[in-house]
Amino acid sequence: MTGYLRTLALLACLALPCLAHALTPEAALAMARGEGSSRIAAMQAAIADDPDERTAAFLRALAANEVAVADGRALIVRNGQAQDPVSGETLPLPASAEGVMNNNRMRGAINAALAALDLFAADAGKRLQAAHAMRQGASAERLPLVDKALAQETDARVKQALEQIRASVHLNAELPAERLAAIATLAGDASPATRLLLGERMAAETDDQVRSELQRALRKIDDRLAWGERLGVVFTGASLGSILLLVALGLAITYGLMGVINMAHGELMMIGAYATYLVQGVFRQYFPGAFDAYLLAAVPAAFLASALVGAILERSVIRFLYGRPLETLLATWGISLILMQLVRTVFGAQNVAVENPSWMSGGWQALPNLTLPYNRIVIIGFAFAVLALVAWIISRTRMGLFVRGVTQNRPIASCMGVNTARVDTMAFALGSGIAGLAGCALSQVGNVGPDLGQSYIVDSFMVVVLGGVGQLAGTVYAALGLGVLNKFLEGWTGAVLAKIAVLVFIIAFIQKRPQGLFAMKGRSAEA
Amino acid sequence: MSPRHFSLKTLAAAVAAAGLSLSFSAQAADTIKVGVLHALSGTMAISETALKDMALMTIEDINAKGGVLGKKLEPVVIDTASNWPLAAEKAKQLIGQDKVAVTFGCWTSVCRKSVLPVYEENNALLFYPVQYEGEELSKNVFYTGAAPNQQAIPAVEYLMSEDGGEARRWVLLGTDYVYPRTANKILRAFLKAKGVADKDIMETYTPFGHSDYQTIVADIKRFAAGGKTAVVSTINGDSNVPFYKELGNAGLKATDVPVVAFSVGEEELRGLDPKPLEGHLAAWNYFMSVKNPANDAWIKQWSDYAKAKRLPGQSTKPLTNDPMEATYVGIHMWKQAVEKAGSTEPDKVIAAMAGQSFEAPSGFTLTMDEKNHHLHKPVLIGEIRGDGQFNVVWKTPAPVKAQPWSPYIEGNDKKKDEPEKQ
Repeated sequence: MTGYLRTLALLACLALPCLAHALTPEAALAMARGEGSSRIAAMQAAIADDPDERTAAFLRALAANEVAVADGRALIVRNGQAQDPVSGETLPLPASAEGVMNNNRMRGAINAALAALDLFAADAGKRLQAAHAMRQGASAERLPLVDKALAQETDARVKQALEQIRASVHLNAELPAERLAAIATLAGDASPATRLLLGERMAAETDDQVRSELQRALRKIDDRLAWGERLGVVFTGASLGSILLLVALGLAITYGLMGVINMAHGELMMIGAYATYLVQGVFRQYFPGAFDAYLLAAVPAAFLASALVGAILERSVIRFLYGRPLETLLATWGISLILMQLVRTVFGAQNVAVENPSWMSGGWQALPNLTLPYNRIVIIGFAFAVLALVAWIISRTRMGLFVRGVTQNRPIASCMGVNTARVDTMAFALGSGIAGLAGCALSQVGNVGPDLGQSYIVDSFMVVVLGGVGQLAGTVYAALGLGVLNKFLEGWTGAVLAKIAVLVFIIAFIQKRPQGLFAMKGRSAEA
Repeated sequence: MSPRHFSLKTLAAAVAAAGLSLSFSAQAADTIKVGVLHALSGTMAISETALKDMALMTIEDINAKGGVLGKKLEPVVIDTASNWPLAAEKAKQLIGQDKVAVTFGCWTSVCRKSVLPVYEENNALLFYPVQYEGEELSKNVFYTGAAPNQQAIPAVEYLMSEDGGEARRWVLLGTDYVYPRTANKILRAFLKAKGVADKDIMETYTPFGHSDYQTIVADIKRFAAGGKTAVVSTINGDSNVPFYKELGNAGLKATDVPVVAFSVGEEELRGLDPKPLEGHLAAWNYFMSVKNPANDAWIKQWSDYAKAKRLPGQSTKPLTNDPMEATYVGIHMWKQAVEKAGSTEPDKVIAAMAGQSFEAPSGFTLTMDEKNHHLHKPVLIGEIRGDGQFNVVWKTPAPVKAQPWSPYIEGNDKKKDEPEKQ
């Protein structure tokens, strides 16, 4: 069967030269060697009318950086083997072969050329993508191709996209009437690219009627784009808030409930992030097929690693310092330095690379000018899942009951037969484990290095203090509130001033209301 | 333990100690001490640790080949802990106590600015290996990194060219400290001289260690809707990871909005998945991917050294970068100058440094300017590749002379292109 197909393909290939514009060695070389402009011209010539499958394959190889030039001919190089792009025969790789390099301009041109080929693909989704890709830098030379595609197009969405390409070329037409028609077509597409096109036309336009039409279209597009921007600010605020929530949740337990000023909280996050890094390494080494799932395994690993370190800290240092906040502060600060230096010695001072799994890379195009990155969406979800877990443990489980009991009245809890020392260790380990989870999440958006914790420790204390010590709900409101407030200010004043303004706000707020947003009420507050 | 036994032991120890001190003083007489002053802990450790190791490798190499003036070099490594006032104290210690002949060190401009008075006061020598903002020229410092006209300005010119994408609007994005502020001041003046209007320039700064770039990326997106835009980033080392991650996830591709960075090299990309960054640019005077025998030999030497010393990170994935090259070149040039002067006396070495040349791993022969204490360096522009290395897409045909006093800053035309005589 395959043999039959291959023969058929070969026959088609032999027959094609008389039907389609076949790839010639000269054309291939012209696309691979020389100045940028001449290569782009050669590429446009090659796809101008009915390019054959070989041309497409060659362009794809160019896009994948798999083309080399040797002895005055272009070759496709894969796995150390060379292939003639015209005849398809395999050759030994000549020693003089030099890889062809593409800069951004070339890559853009190659992608546009490939898109032009995809305009005739069988899959409508592919055609739509191709039409969108061709929007950029559309010029009059492309029109015949677009017209041809339009003539045989059946899918309404692809048709619309193709018409927009035509319109973007006609926008610069001689006759005002043609320009008006083009504006009417384009006004329906509220994307930044269209905004740019119309804006550029506006600058050059002299006809009054067209100008007023342009203005109307621009206003309409701006109105719709403004919505995307507003939603964007809310989303970025929620995203920052969810990160603040994650980094502060663990502290809400160790500092909020237990009263331990834990300066090593950031380093516990760092340990979680490094645990994620190690799990990633294990998956890459032993289960490369399941690499995308590494993060799922990293979540419990990060929790356990940090919880274990937390438990050891509590048993060996912190339990001797209960009730002596200043000494706890100094001791945990010292521990944080030791942990950082330890990691620096083992893993090096440099940051380590933690890759996003493929399902967390990229983003969801919610509106033409609003892309919601998947990693942010996942982290928002993750933060609330962790919050739900913590809330459940504290309020619904036996261990949570013990923790609350011990923090409210240690002697009475002890009298009731609660092993308070053990509860302390468990609670501290839980808080530390949650810090580890935060580290696992942070590895997906930021740096993983020995100093990771340092940049979040102040933020996490800020959230807990603002929210009100001893209150989970307060931590949630404070984290989300600070996130959104920060992002609104940042859009308005810039990142540096926003950070200062938020700090000033917190200081002023704490002056007015030292107990934070939500204060503990009742007897336990005075204890 | 019998008294006799004890005295014998003491005697042995005393003899051993005497022998030690003898050998020590004998060694001290025929070694030349050189200082290595870098941050090995704190925020800058990420970048500076490699420079310290490169300095040690170069010194070891020079010693293996017979040393300088028949004497071995003895490195004195000092950690500044990313604490700049401490760096000045440590520099004092290096010069006063250790009596080093020369110091190789610092990364940030603030480090250089804080140790500078120490070197000037004691008339000692400092080799500074990192690209910086210019606006400084000290008799006691040799600048082996790039001045703005050897990095920033050619990069912007490239982005304006047809091959670079003909950018018309510019985002100047940086961390809020002296280097980005000055570099952007120069760039703004340069862009204006090229006819770019103020409304086509957006200048934004973020605090040190900023990690949430959502708003800034959204701003860049909005700004880019007004015309072909390029971003010039002077974001400092560590914050680059979240910035580029956000950029990749927000779907801003290099073909649409290219970002050219002046502080992102092979080492900074180590902590990143480079695939979404393909095509973004960096401007340096050296890239690890440059193909030439000098570079191949140098990379091999570094990889062997990193493996032998089990340097964390470097032994599994050895990387070289521009400031490491500048460190390597600086130490060799100092050696050549000392040999020419026949002495390590700073004044004699300073005089002998003028016109020194060295065949650098970048594939160019670098020359120390006769007067202005800066190297003549080639400018290379590279695009990030999928494997974390750079494709060189543009380079100057020959090394460029440094202009420490940028002509784009007012009043600089009156400044002399050589250190003031003291």
